[in-house]
Amino acid sequence: MTTAAMAPPATVSSNATSGQARDRVLWGVLMLAPYLLVFAVMVVYPVAYGLWLGLNWQSYKALFADPIFIRTMVNTVVFLFIAVNLKFIIAMMLSGFFVQQRAWVRIILVLFILPWAVPSIPTILSFRIMLNPENGMINQQLFQWFGIVEGPGWLTDPTLAFASSILVHIWKSLPFWTLILVTGRLAIAQDLYEAASVDGANKWQQFRFITWPSLATLYVTSTLLSMIWTLGDFNSVYLLTGGGPGDLNHVLATLGIRYMRNNNLDLGIASIICAMPLILPMVWFMVKRLSKGAE
Amino acid sequence: MKKVLDEGKLILIAIPVLIWTLLPIYHLFVLSISTQESMLAGRLWPEKPTLQNFQIVFNQQHYYLTNFWVQLFNSFMIAIATGLITLFIATCAAFAISRLKAPGGRSIMNFALATYLIPAAFLAIPMYKAMGTFGLLNTRVALILAMVALASPYAIWVLKQASDKLPKELDEAAIMDGANSLQLFRLVYLPLMKPSMVVIGIYALLLAWNEYLYAFLLLSSERAVPLAVGLGLFLSADDAPWNLLMTAGLIYAIPPAVIYYGFRKNMVSGLTSGAVKS
Repeated sequence: MTTAAMAPPATVSSNATSGQARDRVLWGVLMLAPYLLVFAVMVVYPVAYGLWLGLNWQSYKALFADPIFIRTMVNTVVFLFIAVNLKFIIAMMLSGFFVQQRAWVRIILVLFILPWAVPSIPTILSFRIMLNPENGMINQQLFQWFGIVEGPGWLTDPTLAFASSILVHIWKSLPFWTLILVTGRLAIAQDLYEAASVDGANKWQQFRFITWPSLATLYVTSTLLSMIWTLGDFNSVYLLTGGGPGDLNHVLATLGIRYMRNNNLDLGIASIICAMPLILPMVWFMVKRLSKGAE
Repeated sequence: MKKVLDEGKLILIAIPVLIWTLLPIYHLFVLSISTQESMLAGRLWPEKPTLQNFQIVFNQQHYYLTNFWVQLFNSFMIAIATGLITLFIATCAAFAISRLKAPGGRSIMNFALATYLIPAAFLAIPMYKAMGTFGLLNTRVALILAMVALASPYAIWVLKQASDKLPKELDEAAIMDGANSLQLFRLVYLPLMKPSMVVIGIYALLLAWNEYLYAFLLLSSERAVPLAVGLGLFLSADDAPWNLLMTAGLIYAIPPAVIYYGFRKNMVSGLTSGAVKS
């Protein structure tokens, strides 16, 4: 992005007067002003303020003294690694399904988008009720069909609860990324596949030598962006388990907000700053990639 | 024979995909037509389906639902305001960057897009603090501004891509006729951009309607919060009436689903057009 620096000055056509050129600059600035104002007030100022508050050394001492924080750091890394990779492997496979040119596949695609199109709160709460170990539909059905009296503690067993929030996260974000990969697959020239199958390439070879090389850039860019967004996902954990049982399953997003809601803003800010070593390499890589794409 | 086999394989993929996707949504629907007892029994289909839950929700006949209509109205107002303001800001900015080639326009857009490189929950914390400093906490203005800030970068980017596709000759001809920038905006740019503007307005509107985290942080009074936060308040008790929660949740989820499907063709092409190229 940095390479994209200043755009070349307006190319004024030879017929335009200097008055028109001045008019363009004036209106160009005026029309950018509303956004710049919102950007300065809602993004630049808070970020700068947050970084400034993050200079308080004392809060890091308090943070690392909190056992929940250490556990949360580990959780966050595990959550990111499993959720993002699992999501993209599934999205890659499903994009191969949804790219099929059949009317009924297109109808299924329409339904498949639903988790992404509807708001999180009713659906995640629906998961929460469904997975309730005692009255939830899942365990009740396990009992009725298989006679399992004490079904799994989906939300009460620490490991299962963590896995459940990863599943909910994937449920919510899978459609978007599948759609992106479908769009990517549609851009691949079909005659490549025809030529390959004439040469006797099987499905796996077609994927390995045509699909993957064409999608690799998109796949990596999407994975990185999804990692950043996953790091900021508050809903999947908070609405499903609240970080429980017993604060064992927080991720940085929910823990930071928990500190803040407990009037401990400094700790909230400090816990975010601790994620910088995770975020900055991703951001750096993204910026490099995107600015290469822009040229 | 091979064709039938292929079709069979596809169906074998389709079935688990559908179950996975629809199960929580189906569950949401089933609870909304279940009585308390049938819900606690975890039945796949209620013994006696009932619409009573909807009646209770509409008449606000439960402690958790006392502000249902106010909160629904708040959701509506915040979404509309976010949609309109984002549309105004992004349409102007995209015009300045794409048609007027405003100095520094490209870099401003790139910085704007960098907003998405900050994890949402992480930006929310200092933003909460900043809103406190501005005295905007617990006002809907704060939430609308936050949603505009989150929707705009993408909106500007999509509109700029669309605007770049409009032929340069139109501007040149208009300038030759002595049109100033404002006339260019009104007479050339706006009419041609209408389809993209509809998509972007709806995108921002849906983003605001569906938002939970920022609303949960920036607003606290029960009469100021949108329905998303109102529904979250059910979490405060373990014996909350889940069937009523799911009923209100269903009502809340229907408008975005309907809007999305109504504009699906435009939305998918409008929103993903630029994604693959970059």
